Amino acid sequence: MNRSTSNAQQEYAPGAHPTWPAPIRSTGPIAWMRHNLFSSPLNIVLTITAMWFLWTTMPPVLNWVFMESVWTADSRTDCWAKMSEPEAGACWAFIQQRINLFAYGFYPEAERWRVNLTFVLMVLAIIPVLWNKAPFRKYGLGYTAVFPFIAGWLLVGGFGLTPVSTNEIGGIMLTFIIGLTGISFSLPIGVLLALGRMSHLPAVRILCVLFIEFIRGVPLIAVLFVASTMLNYFLPPGTTFDLLMRVLIMVTLFASAYNAESIRGGLQAIPPGQYEAADALGMTYWKAQRLIILPQALKISIPSIVNNFISLYKNTTLVLIIGMLDPLGIGRAALADAEWAGLAREVYLFIALFFFLCCFGMSRYSLYLEKKLHTGH
Amino acid sequence: MHSTPATIAMPVETSGNFLGYLWRNQESRAVIIQVVTIAALFALIAMIARNVAINLEAIGKEFSFDFLWATSAYDITFSPFIEYSSRDTHLRAAVVGILNTLLIAGCGIVLATILGFLMGIMRLSSNWLVSRIVYCIIEFTRNVPVLLHILLIHGIIVTSLPAPKQAIPIGESIFISNRGFFVPSPVFEEGFWLVVAAFLTSVVAVVFFRRWAKKVQDATGKIYPVFWISLGIIVGSTSTVFIATGMPLSWDIPELKGFNYKGGMSLKPEFLALWLALSYYTASFIAEIVRGGILAVSHGQTEAAQALGLRQNRVLQLVIIPQALRVIVPPLASQYLNLTKDSSLAIAVGYMDVVATIGGISLMQTGKEMETMIIVMGIYLTLSLTISTFMNWFNRRMALVTR
Repeated sequence: MNRSTSNAQQEYAPGAHPTWPAPIRSTGPIAWMRHNLFSSPLNIVLTITAMWFLWTTMPPVLNWVFMESVWTADSRTDCWAKMSEPEAGACWAFIQQRINLFAYGFYPEAERWRVNLTFVLMVLAIIPVLWNKAPFRKYGLGYTAVFPFIAGWLLVGGFGLTPVSTNEIGGIMLTFIIGLTGISFSLPIGVLLALGRMSHLPAVRILCVLFIEFIRGVPLIAVLFVASTMLNYFLPPGTTFDLLMRVLIMVTLFASAYNAESIRGGLQAIPPGQYEAADALGMTYWKAQRLIILPQALKISIPSIVNNFISLYKNTTLVLIIGMLDPLGIGRAALADAEWAGLAREVYLFIALFFFLCCFGMSRYSLYLEKKLHTGH
Repeated sequence: MHSTPATIAMPVETSGNFLGYLWRNQESRAVIIQVVTIAALFALIAMIARNVAINLEAIGKEFSFDFLWATSAYDITFSPFIEYSSRDTHLRAAVVGILNTLLIAGCGIVLATILGFLMGIMRLSSNWLVSRIVYCIIEFTRNVPVLLHILLIHGIIVTSLPAPKQAIPIGESIFISNRGFFVPSPVFEEGFWLVVAAFLTSVVAVVFFRRWAKKVQDATGKIYPVFWISLGIIVGSTSTVFIATGMPLSWDIPELKGFNYKGGMSLKPEFLALWLALSYYTASFIAEIVRGGILAVSHGQTEAAQALGLRQNRVLQLVIIPQALRVIVPPLASQYLNLTKDSSLAIAVGYMDVVATIGGISLMQTGKEMETMIIVMGIYLTLSLTISTFMNWFNRRMALVTR
């Protein structure tokens, strides 16, 4: 600072200019480290502490996960025998042995091709929704609309296929079923609830407020208990309702209350001029909502809606408490096997990785979508 | 929200089509829609009530809360606040459950707030390494179900820690084992109430001192070192009384007797697992909220404060934090609510909260699904409403202070 000002003021005779050392580099790895890691005494201390933290935690963890781990074995003792000392590494062989259980639950082995087919069809149904430049997108969306019925038929059977009891559905497949059903049905219901809450008809508004606040005030586990113990009392005598179906309905209603609040935030952010302009053009209520209001409101509420979807997806694990076998339930059941008992860490880390990939993927997609739809300046 | 267009009396196109006219008229249509909605709602309620009545009669149950006074006949291992045994009533079991829920929610909120603010600030650190490490921790924690965190921590405590005989000691008096963490518990001797009274008096005195100091500052501009004087008053007077009364406080230190520790306080694995998992899971959300809140205060505010000649800590205290809190508090409130609701997952590790007692074992024993679920939901609704009312009040106060 000082030198540059004095430089500018001082004049040198031609040829008498002293040679200054080159200025400190402001690019390159050394400069980057100086700027980001060692810029002040506090920063130096923090960097050293962080390095020490990584140095003490990472080697044992990596050692356990990769170096010492065993990927193929027949039992826990076999697994441990292959290590330098018992429990020195992870026994991934357990996951590898039970991978079908984690994927399909207790779905009959002969019928598992149906699950695989449904999975492929599901990927095909999701592509036109997420990728707006997909070829034949218009027909693709039509197919997406009928996909739930095809999936239901393929998975449960009937009409020419061997019927499979929904009790046998489990594992990652169950997570996909509950998660995707909840996600796809809770959005439209959430839109309706949000519109109802913003309506100028008092009866409709109060009804929607009561519903939304009630759902948001109770934990999902209580709602699931209602589904598993109480819901049959509400139905006409003699009708029984499949447990999976009851759970799907409750999870969807639960998520739609949260979505309604997110969408209400978006609706409130729309300037009143937009409503007035739509009225001035002579649009009916629904036409104005569909063409003017909702496209803007939904765009604003994307991050918060995706957050709701992520928490719904994570909350699918709660069905384990009412006795359904999601991956976590399968994991606990598998741990009860005497041959493999005591491998809780491996099982939980595997399931954690599965959920992390799904949820992190969703949050990344939402960031991409936000960027794509950002039309401001 | 949106403007109701003025009623336009539609010309009746086809004479006699009075219903069509009613539907086209804005006001009458509003009435029709609402009447239909209410009618449908009541029809639904009536149908459900009728179904419930028929279904209950078919299996010979009746709807009553009398079971609350019957003997519960099950044990609750964790009841730190009130005495409870299996000879007590279901009502008392429910109260134990509620207290346990409140305990875990309170402890969780405190720890989650501390951890969350710490992680949020570390995430904003100019140190690249620290910010990256915290980012990885936050992203991993947020994207994994909380139930999994709870089970994982519980699993680690129960399977990986040593038995009480080989417990890991921390210092002289804390022992870590797979049956829980054993910590010393305070024993209050005679005269301890004097210390408590001295503490409370000094807090009141500090409140008055702060008001007076603010008045002096407003009138003359003279600034007292309010924080240090307050701290001095509280610590000084409390410790003086503590020593003068002869230190009426001792510690009950846990000791190994047979296969388990006796004395002291034991933090059970299920409580620990639930508390730690709920706290760090919620903290990872709070960290992002804190980060967003601090980033939301524009840099111009800092520069303006510095231009006014405020020192760095005054800039934070008077300019940044009040404005950041305005952004932070509303989402923070919903995280507190989430933590309270997530504490219902206690049932997965056997911590006896309200869902596990009245909504779990009592339900199974009495078969009163409807009544117990009504009680559980009522309790959670009350809790949620209380927390959100408090946070709304706090939020209003923050907003007033900054304007």
